[in-house]
Order: sequence, then C-alpha cells, then structure tokens
Amino acid sequence: MFTMLKQRNGNNMEIPKSFLGYKRENGRAGTRNHVIILPVDDISNACAEAVANNIKGTMALPHSYGRLQFGADLELHFRTMIGTGCNPNVAAVIVIGIEPKWTKKIVDGIAKTGKPVEGFHIERTGDIGTVMKASKKAQELVMWASEKQREECPMSDLWISVKCGESDTTSGLAANPTVGNLMDKLEPMGVHLCFGETSELTGAEQVCATRGATPEASDKFMKTWNSYNDFILKEATDDLSESQPTAGNIAGGLTTIEEKAFGNFQKIGNCKFIDVLEPAEEPTKGKGLYFMDTSSAAAECVTLQAAAGFNIHLFPTGQGNIVGNPIEPVVKLTANPLTVKGMGEHIDCDVSKILTREMNMSQAGDELIKATLRVANGRLTCAEALGHKEFVMTKLYRSA
Amino acid sequence: MATDIIIHDKKDNVGVVVIEKITPKQDCTCWVMEDDSSTNIQSLDEIPLGHKIAMADLNEGDTILKYGHDIGKVVKSIKKGEHVHVHNVKTKKW
Repeated sequence: MFTMLKQRNGNNMEIPKSFLGYKRENGRAGTRNHVIILPVDDISNACAEAVANNIKGTMALPHSYGRLQFGADLELHFRTMIGTGCNPNVAAVIVIGIEPKWTKKIVDGIAKTGKPVEGFHIERTGDIGTVMKASKKAQELVMWASEKQREECPMSDLWISVKCGESDTTSGLAANPTVGNLMDKLEPMGVHLCFGETSELTGAEQVCATRGATPEASDKFMKTWNSYNDFILKEATDDLSESQPTAGNIAGGLTTIEEKAFGNFQKIGNCKFIDVLEPAEEPTKGKGLYFMDTSSAAAECVTLQAAAGFNIHLFPTGQGNIVGNPIEPVVKLTANPLTVKGMGEHIDCDVSKILTREMNMSQAGDELIKATLRVANGRLTCAEALGHKEFVMTKLYRSA
Repeated sequence: MATDIIIHDKKDNVGVVVIEKITPKQDCTCWVMEDDSSTNIQSLDEIPLGHKIAMADLNEGDTILKYGHDIGKVVKSIKKGEHVHVHNVKTKKW
C-alpha cells in the first residue's frame, strides 16, 4: 500500500510517501470524515446539539458568539465558520442560525468546496420544527458520508499546524525541536505547515523575522507582531506575570516571556515562512511554512488553524496541556518524564528519552512522523479518545 | 556518564536540570547541545527538573543568555551553582 521514498535520514527511517485519507470534491484530502452541525450564533447551539443528539455520527460545534458583531471581528467570525465547514476533515455540513441571511452566507461559503451543505434558520419555525427538518437532512448526509473510504493520498495532502502549550523548559530542549525536526524532514515533501502564537514570540521576534523567506514576509511578520505588542501594552495592567509566562510555565522552570519565546520558536526547525496569514485565513501561496497571527491560548489557536484548512495538528507540551479540537486531530508529544508518568493518557508521542540522551533529535523526529501518520491514517488521538472538542472562536473586540 | 544538566548553547550562562532534582553540593555533569561538549558544576541549591542553574556568578543588571540569546535581566545577584528563576531574573519586555 505505501510506497517508500528511497530518501534516507540520519536514522535510516524511510519516510512514507503517502497516507490514507478521504479525498474531497475540491482536491483536498481529510484525515477525518466528520459530519458537523454548525451553529451560526450562540442562541442556535441548542438546536444544533439537538440535531447531533438525534442523528448518531454527527457532531455539533457549539460556541459563544455570532450576534451583533461588526467590522473585522464579524469578518473573522464568518471566516472561522466558513473555514471550519470547508476543512477537508469535514465531509458534510448542516448550518443552523437564527436568521436566514448570515446562515446563507456561511452555507454559500462552504458550498464552494463542492461538499454537501444545507442551512436552516430558526426564526418563524422555532427550535422544534428546525430540529426536525435539519435532523432529516443530517441523517441523509451522515449515511452518505459513512460510505466514504480512505484512499492513498500523497504526503503533500497533509496540512500540518503546530502550537505548543503548558510549556516548560523541556519543551524548548526537546519536544519543540522534535517538531522542528519533523518540519525539516516533511517540508521538502510538499507539506503545508503553520505556526502561530504572535504574543509568545515576544523576545524572539527579531530572530523570527529573519526567518521570512522573502523581505515582504519578514516585514509582514514584524507589522503583525508590533500590532499585537501595542495591543498588549495598551491593555496590560501589570507586567503580565502569571499570564505570560503562565503559573504552569513558571512551575516548569520558565522564567520570562523571552525564554518561552525562544523555546516556542524551536518548533519551526530550519524552515522559513513564505507568508503571514490573518487569523483563520487559508494559505494560498502553495506548499511550505506559514505564520498565522493567533492568540497563544491553545484552543483559540487550534480552532483558527483548523479553520484555515489544516488537517492534522502537532502539540508539544511540557507540564501537560490537554487540548483537543472537534475536527482537526491534535497529536501531543512531551519530553517531560513527570508528565508522561502522571498523565500519560494525554500523550501520543513520548520523547523524554532525549533528556537522558537515549534518543537523539533525529530519532525523536522519526518517532513523531510515525505517530503523526498513524493518526492521519485514522488512529484516534488521546484527545479524541478522551472527548476533547474545544472549539473556541477568537473575538477581537466588544459587539455592537 | 548520566547528564544532570543540559545547556543549549556554549554562550549560555544558565543550564537546565534534566533529572528529577539536584541537591545542594551535588557535582553535576553538564552537556552542551550546540557543540556536544561536556562540563561540570557543583550546585548550591536544590533545583527541580526543568529549572535553571547559574553557570557563572551574575550581577544585578547582567543579561541571562539561553539558546545563545537574551532571555532577561538579573535583578538580584546570583552565585554560580544557584537556582535561577523568577526571584532573581525578570523580563526586559512588557
């Protein structure tokens, strides 16, 4: 089934050339085959959850926003909603909103992928009538999707996003450079890659800017970082101690944001980023590494990356972040032996032997590639098995 | 020999404890990742896994180097072998 590349690396592991994914109408491939019930706004959550409860194998994605937003904040809401529906890990979508206009806007955005999508609005019908109509359609869609089979897809169909969390010094020493090693090995195979966490590059921003593939990419990064930093300086009431680094980071030995940033930055290996994306913006410049302007809060960041079309996520942790995402599987790795021992049910890939020097970085990168491909091929992540479905919209400012 | 402390870059003036903890007056083996060299240090404090040890005497106002880069300033003088953390180092940002 898998043709092996003759390409060799330090440890003689042959990197597989393909994985088993779900081919979609628009040419992308998914690592999952979800049918989602997407509420447009907070007050449509109950309806969406009722439909998902009626029709087994579907999943509601409740969230807290979608009313009276305006300007860039509203644009981000639509981009996140539409992007989530468009993600290739999603086979089909039911959209439910209170009003017809915004519901239709999201349906139309998702329909451009060619996947089945249908919208329902609650006004003039009420929850019960809407649940009945939407449930009938959801049943049809989930039974249709259940016949989809995994097929061999090239590695370049993987769109890998990364974000670290509950970091400690073991993240910067080992888990994050393991992700960097994977990036260095997979980037030449045409994979799309994405890192974010604008605020958590503070202190390493000048060094990060030098990693732009073009002067334009570097400039765009510095503009994005400066804008975030200005916002932090405007809103901060103290020196952000206990927010950045967090109490968990400090317990794990991280002292300053600069130290955390240089650790964070290890995740991109030797890759250069070709463009800077708005939150939830789909990359359009082809294969390679992208930087996305995101919050450093785990669930917010992964939700934005999933909405940009990334279909598998790598999440290095130190002290043990437990985040998951409803549509993008989150593969966790750690190098902290205490985290492996205390909360091993959250860890998909253990690279703690780097600290005892029983494993080198290249071997760790290979282990992570293996773990990533198993998940891409269908193995549940720890977060999926434990039911983690954190879907958290980023809100830029107060509603009207 | 087992490694007790890992140092990212040879320019660094701190190392990271990678065993469960080191105790005062422990003779520790340090490994420098950048050039695969080794060095030794005697600790003055108990320092847990993941926390930093000073590899040199540091004065108030000095810069802490890790990954070969500036990660903050010393706000209370630190002796070689002491625990380096939020009680004696602060960010230069924010």
